[in-house]
Amino acid sequence: MKVKAQAVQERKPAAKTPKTGADLFVEALQAAGVDTIFGYPGGAVLPIYDALYRAEPRFQHILTRHEQGAIHAAEGYARVSGKPGVVIATSGPGATNLITGIADAMMDSLPLVVFTGQVGRSVIGTDAFQESDVIGITTPITKHNYQVQKQEDMPRIIKEAFYIATTGRPGPVVIDIPKDISGEAYESSLDGGDVHLPGYQPTTKPNSNQIKKLTQAIVEAKRPILLTGAGILHAKASEEVRAFAKRYQLPVTSTLLGLGAYPASDDQFLGMAGMHGTYAANRALYECDLLINVGARFDDRLTGHLEHFAPQATIAHIDIDPAEIGKIIPTAIPVVADAKAALQALQEAEAAIPDIQPWRDHLQQYKLEFPLWFNNPVQDLIPQWVMQAVHKATNGNAIITTDVGQHQMWAAQYYGFDQPDRWVTSGGLGTMGFGFPAAIGAQLASPDSTVISVVGDGGFQMTMQELSVLQERKLPVKVLIVNNQSLGMVRQWQEFFYQERYSESLLDVQPDFIKLADSYNVKGVRLETQEQLVAELPALLQSKEPVVIDCRVLRQENVFPMIAPGKGLHEMIGVSR
Amino acid sequence: MKRIITATVQNRSGVLNRITGLMQKRQFNIDSISVGKTEVEQISRMTFVVEVEDMQKLEQLTKQLHKQIDVLKVADITENAIVARELALVKVVCPPASRNELQSIIAPFRASAVDISKDSMIVQVTGDTDKIEAFLELVRPYGIKELSRTGVTAFLRGHQPQAADGNTYSLITN
Ligand SMILES: Cc1ncc(C[n+]2csc(CCOP(=O)(O)OP(=O)(O)O)c2C)c(N)n1
Ligand SMILES: [Mg+2]
Repeated sequence: MKVKAQAVQERKPAAKTPKTGADLFVEALQAAGVDTIFGYPGGAVLPIYDALYRAEPRFQHILTRHEQGAIHAAEGYARVSGKPGVVIATSGPGATNLITGIADAMMDSLPLVVFTGQVGRSVIGTDAFQESDVIGITTPITKHNYQVQKQEDMPRIIKEAFYIATTGRPGPVVIDIPKDISGEAYESSLDGGDVHLPGYQPTTKPNSNQIKKLTQAIVEAKRPILLTGAGILHAKASEEVRAFAKRYQLPVTSTLLGLGAYPASDDQFLGMAGMHGTYAANRALYECDLLINVGARFDDRLTGHLEHFAPQATIAHIDIDPAEIGKIIPTAIPVVADAKAALQALQEAEAAIPDIQPWRDHLQQYKLEFPLWFNNPVQDLIPQWVMQAVHKATNGNAIITTDVGQHQMWAAQYYGFDQPDRWVTSGGLGTMGFGFPAAIGAQLASPDSTVISVVGDGGFQMTMQELSVLQERKLPVKVLIVNNQSLGMVRQWQEFFYQERYSESLLDVQPDFIKLADSYNVKGVRLETQEQLVAELPALLQSKEPVVIDCRVLRQENVFPMIAPGKGLHEMIGVSR
Repeated sequence: MKRIITATVQNRSGVLNRITGLMQKRQFNIDSISVGKTEVEQISRMTFVVEVEDMQKLEQLTKQLHKQIDVLKVADITENAIVARELALVKVVCPPASRNELQSIIAPFRASAVDISKDSMIVQVTGDTDKIEAFLELVRPYGIKELSRTGVTAFLRGHQPQAADGNTYSLITN
């Protein structure tokens, strides 16, 4: 399948133009190895877009139809490729349209380098046309940010930004570039020099004492559990985590974002933990005497009420960000390190293999007795079933991006990821509108993969204008709308906790998604019955073309099991029929 | 509990905003901040007096500060042997008849009258926070018209008693 985006227009031969600050920008991106940019032009970035036009070789620039689409696409690209996502937007509204994506990337530790145009230096601070205080606005939601004050600083700043975004705990870095900096002539070339950041020295190698302590704790534990987080994916350590779990025969559970770090079909895997995790996984966290957290941050959607989270356990936490250790849960064995380095060190440590068979049997029993469940209607489509069908049609090999809501939880519960970096979802910020543009980025990062964007009928409408990108680039993204004619997750909470007062959560009026797709020259198909699903889904997902699938599912279906807000791990509801 | 925390930072644009913003976002109460240049060019030193609930919160604060790219070093020096000083300027109501009386209060504090007018006097007093509080207590009955304080700045003493030097956080967990 070839999706290498085509150059859309012929270029005018560049008249000999003097070099500008924007050319320094282009050279710095080239030096950073960037080939793909997601962006949207405007006044303050005209010099930059002119330099992009003249650049040789050309960048693959993806013109989304909204800056939010650009940044979520960059996030999807980063999550799947492991490379930093690069975004350009103009000043003022262009920059503020990026805010949701920047905050999302910060929460989920995605490496982005985001460039915003700014008004010229002489008018900064005067409320000039399309001025916004990008540095002020983005400081709390970036790993770091810069405003370029001198042209000579540009190469160094860009180099530092890529370094900061991609090392340690990854995250977004914003660079604000005043228009005169990019627009004025700058004759020579300049490289960024060596990165010198004395205040930024992430610890990657684990402390050997802590590794010893952890090994000892494993040897002594009767009821250990391994919790896998996205830190494993960032560290590319899924091989290592698997070897580690196998060595000690540890039961394994995962956070939402960690899915795929450990194979879902493996015997030792208990399923996802947390608010919509499996009974076995949450019981394991509740009953364990040793919790080994690798690269997760104890989000409240995972822990439930803290008092009931692993109450009898010794907590061991491996994280590259020391500030995550001890933030939520007092931690007996802190290991500040890259997950890969820490897991390798653990594998090298000599240890007797403890016998935890009774504990494993006990959890296996939970797994057998309380699996995920759903009612099987005769004809109607139910979303859980759709997810299983998607798995089957793709052999579990697709890249799945999701939006936020019920469909996201069903995808997490039922797709079953056996490989890393095939799962792209907005976990920390829970951003509706994320899923579809993220799929565009994912497809560009992995052109030969089947990329399926599982979205809700609500969330898809937040960024569906990016169908233009599928049309223009012939990207074979499959948009699977889990259409329950409602803001399902909101509706579910209203059903449970607000006595079925469905305030503003039922979407009785909807666009015709088939016609919508059609207007973008994208194939649209509606699936309404089980029969239709079985008959048509495989071919649709294997198609080399983009497809929008409007899957009409039962409106009243709920996500189970569940830990109600404020409740503990041991208080799951809807555990069985 | 009140803690005195110092941070050595690179003097880049926005660094103060970055740090106060982080404290606000994470709900730390700042009693005072003082900032100034150091003996090294481009390096500034900040001293915060903060109110934190417990040791876990304190650890979080120092770690979050340390995480900032422009922050080079963070130390909680509350339990060390330190010299901590602040400066206060106090404009006290002072008709000519009270001048002598006020002077007699100022003297033992080694404060000084830096401006005198018909009916008020500006007094400059330096010292640790307790001393300044004590001084203010004494002059309050005369009427404080205006008060301005710099916030605490603090240093470790040259000689530290043993066992009190475990509080520098570069990576506190290892
Ligand atoms: C930008 C944004 N606004 C609001 C919400 C709150 N929210 C969470 S889930 C949800 C419902 C989503 O509906 P839909 O996209 O149809 O997905 P479903 O839950 O029905 O699968 C809402 C409104 C959110 N997460 N993000
Ligand atoms: Mg819906």
